[in-house]
Amino acid sequence: MNDNEILFEYLLRLGDNCAILGQRLAEWCGKAPVLEEELALMNVGLDLVGQARLLLDYAGKVEGAGRDEDQLAFFRDTQEWRNFLLIEQPNGDFAKTMARQMIFDCFQYLQFEALTASKDKTLSEIAAKSLKEITYHRRHSSNWVIRLGDGTDESHAKMQAAIDELWGFIPEMFDMDAVEDAMVAAGIGTDVSVLRARWDDMINSILTEATLQRPEDTWSVRGSREGKHSEHLGFLLAEMQFLPRAYPDAKW
Amino acid sequence: MDEVDMELEKAFQSKIDAELKIEPKDWMPDAYRKTLVRQMSQHAHSEVVGMLPEGNWLTRAPSLKRKAILMAKIQDEGGHGLYLYSAAETLGVSRDEMYEQLHSGKAKYSSIFNYPTLNWADIGAIGWLVDGAAITNQIALCRCSYGPYARAMVKVCKEESFHQRQGYEIMMNMSNGTKEQKEMAQDAINRWWWPALMMFGPHDKNSDHTSQSMTWKIKRTSNDELRQRFVDATVPQADYLGLTVPDDKLAWNEETQSYDWGEIDWDEFRNVVAGNGLCNRERLQTRRDAHDGGKWVRDAALAYAEKQKKRMADKAA
Repeated sequence: MNDNEILFEYLLRLGDNCAILGQRLAEWCGKAPVLEEELALMNVGLDLVGQARLLLDYAGKVEGAGRDEDQLAFFRDTQEWRNFLLIEQPNGDFAKTMARQMIFDCFQYLQFEALTASKDKTLSEIAAKSLKEITYHRRHSSNWVIRLGDGTDESHAKMQAAIDELWGFIPEMFDMDAVEDAMVAAGIGTDVSVLRARWDDMINSILTEATLQRPEDTWSVRGSREGKHSEHLGFLLAEMQFLPRAYPDAKW
Repeated sequence: MDEVDMELEKAFQSKIDAELKIEPKDWMPDAYRKTLVRQMSQHAHSEVVGMLPEGNWLTRAPSLKRKAILMAKIQDEGGHGLYLYSAAETLGVSRDEMYEQLHSGKAKYSSIFNYPTLNWADIGAIGWLVDGAAITNQIALCRCSYGPYARAMVKVCKEESFHQRQGYEIMMNMSNGTKEQKEMAQDAINRWWWPALMMFGPHDKNSDHTSQSMTWKIKRTSNDELRQRFVDATVPQADYLGLTVPDDKLAWNEETQSYDWGEIDWDEFRNVVAGNGLCNRERLQTRRDAHDGGKWVRDAALAYAEKQKKRMADKAA
């Protein structure tokens, strides 16, 4: 891979997380447990779609093959997507959605905070703009994890089950590989493996306040970097990509 | 009615006649309060149920930009719902009571949301026609005699006019687009035109609520007048899009300087209002499921807040 190809791949990793998670939150529309959350979920989803647009638009420009944000979002198949396995997991109940969100928000907060110092000016600007949004997302999801964990017996059980269910998707987020290494070496990317300790501190303090058990690290799954996704992503994409695929000549 | 009430009512009406606003703590006739609760809660419910037909296309929005705009719009609508529920609460009814009335079928919401969204142009048509009709109604409500409702409407109207523009922009793209897109746009206006006209309610002569509401200045303009205003504003917009309004009686009347047009299918109107439209049952069930399914979350939030309160108190002690 040349430098541009590496940067392109790196930007897809960042942007795809936002696009897919935004899509998942959109699925909540009209079904949230309380009207205030209807707004909050749309708000967070909207931020994520906005971040996805900036990152995929930039990715398209770096690639230089004439693909724009929509070509990247609507005309790639499952194995070309680079979002974490965690992100594509189905919403489940509100506890699972909030657990997924909290796990990612804490990660993305640390990652984007570091990226504000990126030598790539476009990326550092996107990171700085997004960080303000992520700060709010993180507070929102952590508060819900705490509220549900330390709420009723029922909500506690549901939140613990959600954390347990998602725990094995976490290690993948902190993996380094040739692309990540190259981006760190170029001063563009950030070493996610060193973020783990701070992420652990954040999560531990949230889990403690929520009276939740931190699960043992007994399992982990990986593969999104190579496009090896769970079966859920295909259905998400089939729904999301339907219109542009069915009418490829249309402008919307 | 005893003498005191009669005096109060006289004072109340003269306040209204003097174009002064009625505020939550002011005396008001029970019927005035009831009418407002009915109308405002119905309005709030419409915002919330109205998310569902749009949500139907949110996950299939054809570009990231369209998805983002639609999410922002839906978020606005949730906000309007919250705002309106709060305004209605000033009349002494709780949000839970209003939900209960919605879920039991006692309270209505705008019937338009009982029609299905079948193609992407429907999202454009909802913004253009449905929000357009809503604005026509709501602009009149900005001068409503009840202060909290009037003020809510001023805020809501600003956002709605943005919604209407984005809807029209979708229609522009579609009607200037490919053959299939034009067909979708025409199909959408075919299905949404008449239901949009029904949003203004029955003819004045058949409207139970109109006359009293006009005296109370809750309503300032009659159903038929608002409907005509909407037709006159919207037909040229349809012409500009190159779309055909599905009404073969539609014609410009030089004399009245407005459009003559056909007759609403009032059987269909009554049928949908009675709960028998294509999506009535499904819409209501989705709302019930969300509410019932979310109970454990609300219970947890309440339990947590109680615990926190107790902790704070213990700490202070």
